Amino acid sequence: MKITGLIIAILAGALLIYATADFPGWGDAASPASTHVSPRYIEKTMEETSVPNMVTAVLADYRGFDTMFETTVIFSAGVVCFILLRVFGSEEPKESLYRHVLTGVTIRVRAGGEIPPDSDDFERIDVMWTPFDLIIKTMCRILIPFIQLFGLYVIAHGHHSPGGGFQGGVILGASIILFAISHDLRTALRRIRERIDALLCATGVFIYAGTGALCLLLGLNFLDYAALASILGVDPITARSHGIFIVEIGVGIAVMATMIWIYNNVSSRGKYDEGL
Amino acid sequence: MSEQYPALLVVVPLLSALLISAAGWLKKRLCFPIAVVALGVAAYASIGLLIRVLNEGVIIYRLGGWPPPWGIAYYVDHLNGLVLAVVSVVAFINLIASQKSIEEEFPEKTGAFYTLYVLMVTGLLGIVVTGDAFNLYVLLEIASLTGYGLIAMGQKDRAPLASLNYLYMGTIGACFYLLGVGYLYIVTGSLNMVDIARILPPLYQSKAVLTAFIICMVGVWLKMALFPLHAWLPNAYTYAPSASSSLIAPLMTKVMIYVMIRLILTVFTPQFAFSNLAISNSIVWLAVLAIVMGAILALAQTNLKKMLTYVIIAEVGYMVGGAWLGNRAGMTGAILHIVNDALMTLCAFMVVSNIVYKVKGYAFEDLKGLLRKMPFTMGAFVIGALSIIGVPPTCGFFSKWYLISGALKAGHYGFMVALLFSSLVNVVLFFRVLEISYYEPFSNHHVGDHHPEPMAEAPLTMLVPLIIVAAGLVLVGLYTGDIVNHIIQFAIPKGIV
Amino acid sequence: MGDLIQLLVAKYNYWIYITLMMIGLYAMIAKNNLVKKIVGMNIFQTAIILFYVSIGSKKGGTIPIIEHGHGAAGSHVVHAADYINPLPHVLMLTAIVVSVATLGVALALAIKVYERYNTLEEDEILAQIREK
Repeated sequence: MKITGLIIAILAGALLIYATADFPGWGDAASPASTHVSPRYIEKTMEETSVPNMVTAVLADYRGFDTMFETTVIFSAGVVCFILLRVFGSEEPKESLYRHVLTGVTIRVRAGGEIPPDSDDFERIDVMWTPFDLIIKTMCRILIPFIQLFGLYVIAHGHHSPGGGFQGGVILGASIILFAISHDLRTALRRIRERIDALLCATGVFIYAGTGALCLLLGLNFLDYAALASILGVDPITARSHGIFIVEIGVGIAVMATMIWIYNNVSSRGKYDEGL
Repeated sequence: MSEQYPALLVVVPLLSALLISAAGWLKKRLCFPIAVVALGVAAYASIGLLIRVLNEGVIIYRLGGWPPPWGIAYYVDHLNGLVLAVVSVVAFINLIASQKSIEEEFPEKTGAFYTLYVLMVTGLLGIVVTGDAFNLYVLLEIASLTGYGLIAMGQKDRAPLASLNYLYMGTIGACFYLLGVGYLYIVTGSLNMVDIARILPPLYQSKAVLTAFIICMVGVWLKMALFPLHAWLPNAYTYAPSASSSLIAPLMTKVMIYVMIRLILTVFTPQFAFSNLAISNSIVWLAVLAIVMGAILALAQTNLKKMLTYVIIAEVGYMVGGAWLGNRAGMTGAILHIVNDALMTLCAFMVVSNIVYKVKGYAFEDLKGLLRKMPFTMGAFVIGALSIIGVPPTCGFFSKWYLISGALKAGHYGFMVALLFSSLVNVVLFFRVLEISYYEPFSNHHVGDHHPEPMAEAPLTMLVPLIIVAAGLVLVGLYTGDIVNHIIQFAIPKGIV
Repeated sequence: MGDLIQLLVAKYNYWIYITLMMIGLYAMIAKNNLVKKIVGMNIFQTAIILFYVSIGSKKGGTIPIIEHGHGAAGSHVVHAADYINPLPHVLMLTAIVVSVATLGVALALAIKVYERYNTLEEDEILAQIREK
């Protein structure tokens, strides 16, 4: 198999390199890619969409349809991870570990044994546990609100600086995953329940597709934000800017919820019992 | 509303998939009705769109209101319209027929399964209707990812590994296609198919264009399981649950063949694609190899579902060979075979679905005596078998006729011999199955009681769609002349003789 | 030989991406371990992303954001040659998301395979299947 792989890789590489003889040089401003379609994006984006960040304008307006399906891709990845891994009502684990909070003593309870009552004296820790670390827990608790604030900033400022829905959504999702890693999965699940997370995921994509459908119902083509001008009460160009913002919010929500959903399913192998 | 059909047939299933996902968590009973409504609207819109194309000609729909090539445009012509109608109708019929088996196999995750089902149909419809090369890649990935999920839900033993192997090869294929689009972008600067076709002619001698063509083709061949890149298909389709295999098997490979024909006819015009006779000739020989190997490997199987997957590999060979013959008859045969093969494969896999529902197995030993026990199912199987063999008046005969006449016209006798050989092997394959199901006495080792039951057919919701499909095979065969003269005739550019 | 060297120097960026792609492709085909194949898939997709992004570069161009867009200087004329091409970046945002999604699904499938066969090496799995 290794020799087959080597031969295939060399042949494919040779074919691809053969083609580079006709490529424009690196950074050539007169190449077809730089002169055909993109000058309009660069020159007209302010006057057609009033969004200074050309990448956001192209992503969410000119080629907004692609982005909607991209959000659907991440949503469907979340659904696939759920449908593959999730096992409902799993049986009792072989052993579980509890720690007495005040003294730090750990007790191991085999399956069928008596579990300490749900009181503040005992807390459940994962089987793959690490020693009790006050510094990590406290630092993460302090950092997470700022991370989320930054994530919201990235989403909201996508018009004027690099950013947008995907980037901000990933940062928001990462903050929750950080919470799940530094404490444990069950604490994170108590904050964001499974059902809320799954519904948020679908809601995010629904905001995007729904905005497009709203434009369709208002008379113009799908995802033509100028149709929102009548609802929002602004001129069509500002309506495009607002439409881009609305769909970016939808994207941010969907990406955040899916990141959390995939993490929950993959790290706990579907049992939602003990994570990483 | 009819101007919005191109958008509706993708947007309505997408929104419904999201609603189904929410309903799966809140109120499970709503999932199936929402899915039926969504696919029904998609089928209605695609048939309406086909009628509009027949009356008005090519339809261009601008998404977001932007003119192509700055925005994404949907581009619907006769080729598109026909394949759209086929995809949406097949998906709709299959949904109704698989409700019982989905509820039985996945009681807790029906919401998620229907979501993936409708999303896969959205992806397939989007691949067919789009006129933008990069948009095709995104929708291809939607169809692929949901396909991996749907397939991996099968038997715990083999399905996840089969799906993982499908994932590896499918991702390589999609990435090769993306790379090809990148090469086209670097030499033309555009992503819109019609625009690329406009810019390319002066560049036909360029090495980059030739490489882009080859990489795009290899990527598409990986995804359609053309021999020798077919290794993922038998396992993936065999171990998938019945509902998934009867959705994915008829549609996925045919949609990829549509993509190949679209690349040949619209993006790289036939003038470029068929200019190098040596390449087209060798691709037809590759198709011959695919047909022969598919037929031989199908003979070696002891398992009905796996045998049918090798028949699919042979059918892919028919279509690739027909398209690359380079003449009008061959291309007509290939496009007609997309329609026919989708229906034939749907019929065959729905029969397997019914058999699995009642007998819980699909190996040849499980088929003993089924002709008496499930006469309607096996009757539909007989019609499907006749169509795959190519007996008139079923539709399979007519597409084979066009393919053979195309082969004769191009002087490619090897392809003609392969087609006839494959028909003979199909006769052996299907008569073997029918012999087992008729002559052998029924053995109840799966069901577990000793009294011979008179007739234990599959439930009506699984049986009636199957009979409709079987009748459709004959009807489509009888109306072949209309389909060819009114639709396919205009799908092929005038340059091809 | 002289113009081969010249070709290499002029287009070295493309050759780097192609080498990276082929490393990823080799890993996907030749490696035995399922997770190593997934890593190879990721390398392959990343190399394609790098290739696309390099299409959009322009010598002397700045990032594709108009500074002070809504401010006093907002109505100045924008020249295409001053900013790099935004379109490949947009396309690759999509490709990155697709690659992450595929990675997630591949890992979920690998977990399911591991739960059943207790190994991630493909030859051991095939041996277990053949034994049954």
